[in-house]
Amino acid sequence: MLKTASVLELVGVTKRFRAPNGVSLLTAIERVSLDVRAGEFVAVVGPSGCGKSTILNLVAGLDRPSDGRILLNGVPVEGPNPTVGFMLQKDLLLPWRTIVHNVEFGLEARSISRAARRQRALRELERCRLTDFAQSYPYQLSGGMRQRAALARTLAIEPAIVLLDEPFSSLDAQTKLILQKSFAQTIASSQITTLLITHDLMEAVIMSDRILVMSERPGRIVEEIPVDLPDRDNPMARISAPRAREYVDHLLSSLHLQEKAAA
Amino acid sequence: MSSSDVTAAVGRTMEPASRPTELVASDHPMPAPATGLGSPTSILVGSLSFGLLFLLAWQFLPPALGVPSYIIPTVTDLAREFTRMVQRENLMVHVVSTVTIATAGFVIGSFLGAAMGYVLGMSVFIEKVLSPYILGLQIAPKVAFAPLFIMWLGYNAWPKLLVTVLVVFFPILVNVLQSMKTIDRDLINLARAYSMSRLQIFWKIEVPASMPALMAGLRIGATLAVIGVTVGELVGGNTGLGYLITFGEGQANTAMVFNAIVLLTLVGIVLYGAVTMIEARVLHYIPRAMR
Repeated sequence: MLKTASVLELVGVTKRFRAPNGVSLLTAIERVSLDVRAGEFVAVVGPSGCGKSTILNLVAGLDRPSDGRILLNGVPVEGPNPTVGFMLQKDLLLPWRTIVHNVEFGLEARSISRAARRQRALRELERCRLTDFAQSYPYQLSGGMRQRAALARTLAIEPAIVLLDEPFSSLDAQTKLILQKSFAQTIASSQITTLLITHDLMEAVIMSDRILVMSERPGRIVEEIPVDLPDRDNPMARISAPRAREYVDHLLSSLHLQEKAAA
Repeated sequence: MSSSDVTAAVGRTMEPASRPTELVASDHPMPAPATGLGSPTSILVGSLSFGLLFLLAWQFLPPALGVPSYIIPTVTDLAREFTRMVQRENLMVHVVSTVTIATAGFVIGSFLGAAMGYVLGMSVFIEKVLSPYILGLQIAPKVAFAPLFIMWLGYNAWPKLLVTVLVVFFPILVNVLQSMKTIDRDLINLARAYSMSRLQIFWKIEVPASMPALMAGLRIGATLAVIGVTVGELVGGNTGLGYLITFGEGQANTAMVFNAIVLLTLVGIVLYGAVTMIEARVLHYIPRAMR
């Protein structure tokens, strides 16, 4: 069987940190192996402190693994990589820049002309439906719009993979749903490879093709669940599907949340 | 005074993370009532009436209470003395001297303080090595150096300029350094993930992010500059409004001392106002209500 090429591959990745006391070592993640194929949307769920964000920092090249290998399109990650786009819960828009200027930010380390940069930024804003706000400053936008602007900035660098670290968790429930749909459409229509890190189980189910469940620290991948639901580009349709509920129930038991709540 | 300004500035640099999620419709979260108490007009009328009342009390209360005019000269005494100072004491020369040194000292001190703040902010090692000395110098009463500078440099403009520079230097250094240290690590990581160089991170993130703190430091510096130049002039030399204070004191000319104080205050207000105007332009991206 022909397998689509892996965009991102982690092979037995372990990351140890020095504990705050400076002496002992903390193992954040242990022997994590995963792969994300081209155009795939993979979600990673797990309890807080399971090292989800560690994975993101390692893939972004901001941190080096203590053990194991990380491959991007088959090439080992050895530092910040221009083909990785990442987005956090915070939009990280620069408040002193207009929205379009913010979207250009990621391109400024590259040798492309000012005009080409502006053109690409405007194109991304159009894709994220923010054209009317190109000249606004971040404070003039709502939280949801700011996250969309952050997505536009992330996509402007034309990344091989987009890492989303709980990008919706600071939004209210309704804005969140609207934004999830908006992101899902943009990502599906452009066939962008995505790794979503989240603690929201329903979010993982309604947005992804595949869910990886992590254990408590030291974080390990304990289960892999392919999401066999239609409408990946429309989380609002998925959320009302009865089978979505089943997946969430399965995740609940997989993370032993009921036992924990009872304890 | 300075420490609370520093916290305010730092609080503001952290602001973007915790803004409300809704569209910010207006610069003023609570619109002022158009009429009645609290409306802009009634506040202005109130302020002006208070000022007028104060001047009236100054004019009529001391004579009524039998306070002689060589202790508290009345407002008209001050006006009369002011005219005399313009005509007989070359007042404008003194004003120009004070304004020039205050402005030059402020600009030089700000520039050096900010530069030093950025250098220390870029190098954790140097910052840690120097931090006890910076703290010491920050606590030391800088104006007390004035006699020393006069002994070194003589009775000319240099000691005054040096005191002013020194007084302005530290609050700006501390503000800039603080903002460099409290900058959002995620912003730096974002820039690093985009493969930006150290220098690009400095110019594109750190410098603009430090602007609110720098501006708060400049506002403190503007008021301190006037104190610096005044002390320099009080201690030595024969020009400037500070000198007119000691000169008036020697002649038991209370009105002259008062006038010099009022003029020094005006110089400070103008300097402060200029900084506020620059700040409004530089920080245009921060909604007014949050500034």
